[in-house]
Amino acid sequence: MAAEALVELENVHFSRGPHPVLAGVDMRIPRGAIVSLMGASGGGKTTMLNLMAGTLAPQSGRIRVAGQDLQTLDFEGVYRLRRRMGMLFQHSALFTDFSAFENVAFPLRRHFRLDESILRKLVLMKLEAVGLRGAAGLMPAELSGGMGRRVALARAVVMDPMLIFYDEPFTGLDPISVGIIATLIRRLNDALGATSILVSHDVQETFSIADYGYILAGGKIIAEGSPEALRASDSELARQFLGGQPDGPVPFHYPARDNYATALTGSAAAGEVI
Amino acid sequence: MAFLDFVPNLGRQVLLTIPNLGAAARFLLRSLVAVINRHFSIQQLLKQVYGFGVRSLLLMMVAAFFTGMVLGFQGYYALVRFGATSALGTLVALSLLRELGPVLTALLFAGRAGSALTAEISSMKATEQLSAMEMMAVNPFAWVVAPRLWAGIIVVPILCAIFDLVGIFGGYLISVPVLGVDGGTFWAQMQSNVTFSGDILTGLFKALCFGLVVTWIAAWQGYAAQPTAEGVGNATTRSVVTASLAVLGLDFILTALLFT
Ligand SMILES: Nc1ncnc2c1ncn2[C@@H]1O[C@H](COP(=O)(O)OP(=O)(O)O)[C@@H](O)[C@H]1O
Ligand SMILES: [Mg+2]
Repeated sequence: MAAEALVELENVHFSRGPHPVLAGVDMRIPRGAIVSLMGASGGGKTTMLNLMAGTLAPQSGRIRVAGQDLQTLDFEGVYRLRRRMGMLFQHSALFTDFSAFENVAFPLRRHFRLDESILRKLVLMKLEAVGLRGAAGLMPAELSGGMGRRVALARAVVMDPMLIFYDEPFTGLDPISVGIIATLIRRLNDALGATSILVSHDVQETFSIADYGYILAGGKIIAEGSPEALRASDSELARQFLGGQPDGPVPFHYPARDNYATALTGSAAAGEVI
Repeated sequence: MAFLDFVPNLGRQVLLTIPNLGAAARFLLRSLVAVINRHFSIQQLLKQVYGFGVRSLLLMMVAAFFTGMVLGFQGYYALVRFGATSALGTLVALSLLRELGPVLTALLFAGRAGSALTAEISSMKATEQLSAMEMMAVNPFAWVVAPRLWAGIIVVPILCAIFDLVGIFGGYLISVPVLGVDGGTFWAQMQSNVTFSGDILTGLFKALCFGLVVTWIAAWQGYAAQPTAEGVGNATTRSVVTASLAVLGLDFILTALLFT
């Protein structure tokens, strides 16, 4: 971890109403690395990506990206910074009324006035990189889940970003697509000289490409280190998460009110437990 | 019981609506000023104008035609008792231009284009398309909301003008060939009693206000929807109901203010 940090979080607090999501998070993302962020669903991983992209602002703490303090930047400054970031969304988020080609071309068209022939070349190059040059003319509805994810990936990197966010890129994909996406994440990161932050539950696949990892639980970072170090971690929480044990410091049972009889027989509130 | 619940329920609804109104007003302001954002595009605006127009034109024309024909019948029935059927052209035209044209256009627009707009924006939100835009440093207000809002403001008066014309034609078809009112009198009376600024512009101004309100409500309901499949459905229903009531309420206020 000697390399210079591209992203730094310092004692970041964020809450939604009375409910704290992040309670003092410190992180350091070194330039050029793929850093994974793992944690339970609803734990605040997506929130953290949004904080780093400046789409949400923390209640307290500091976030620095490429040497700039997000809290002191104005709207224009954040937008300028964001043009050098790419995000692959959990549900691909392709524009449904645009073809694959136009989806990838969208950021280029909005930010630059390019010759149509140059634009074509740039877009097809990125589609080629994800293996979907042939699917350029297809609409999002005609793409399979894995293909959609790859088109979204091409769109996320079409501006040659310095920082790429991946929000659960493996979720809902077949094993072959998972392998393809993982390879692409590593390859694109190194080819573009970018830095990647990878949110995922898929321990196996994530550790095969990540250089460093953080584990988030209860609004705090409870473990960090290289994949090997994390696997060898003696933190019970980290072991429970990485090993996928149902019970441990994070309890299997959602706190019940009285006894399971009331939960089974009935009220709407109890029904929500499932 | 139901009645006793009604008053506190109404109170709660009002109290819940007030903070939302502030947010909705900010939303409107942001969307209106987004025309000066560099990601606002005239091309997108024209595309929306065309989309709204195509979606509602035929519906408007059919509705206007029937409305005009009914006005012809009912007007004749009322006027013939006073031997005043020569005023039928005036009656049909004034009813349409001042009242029925703007209101019915706006109500149909809310049901057809407004609901589609709410569904479109709320699904864009639910599928993270708006967030994706934001991440690509493209302001969704400039690219998505503003063109649709301005398109609504432009399109509804145009649709209203078409509604008026088709309606008057429908009224003519019933009055003159069917009921035997003199054609020359029908048009001449209309021409001398309808004023451009007092009747035609007033009606089109109403339509413009309705266009703004309906599109605003539709876009806002979409933008504020819960980002789930159920949320999209709820927002669409709410959009039509709220927009229709708003049109009728606003119509009363505008009529009272513009009444001369
Ligand atoms: N738009 C929102 N409004 C209110 N609460 C939200 C919103 N987005 C997320 N949350 C809440 O914030 C918490 C963290 O969510 P998120 O960052 O999406 O978790 P993760 O990505 O780790 O699954 C969750 O409790 C979630 O319910
Ligand atoms: Mg998430």
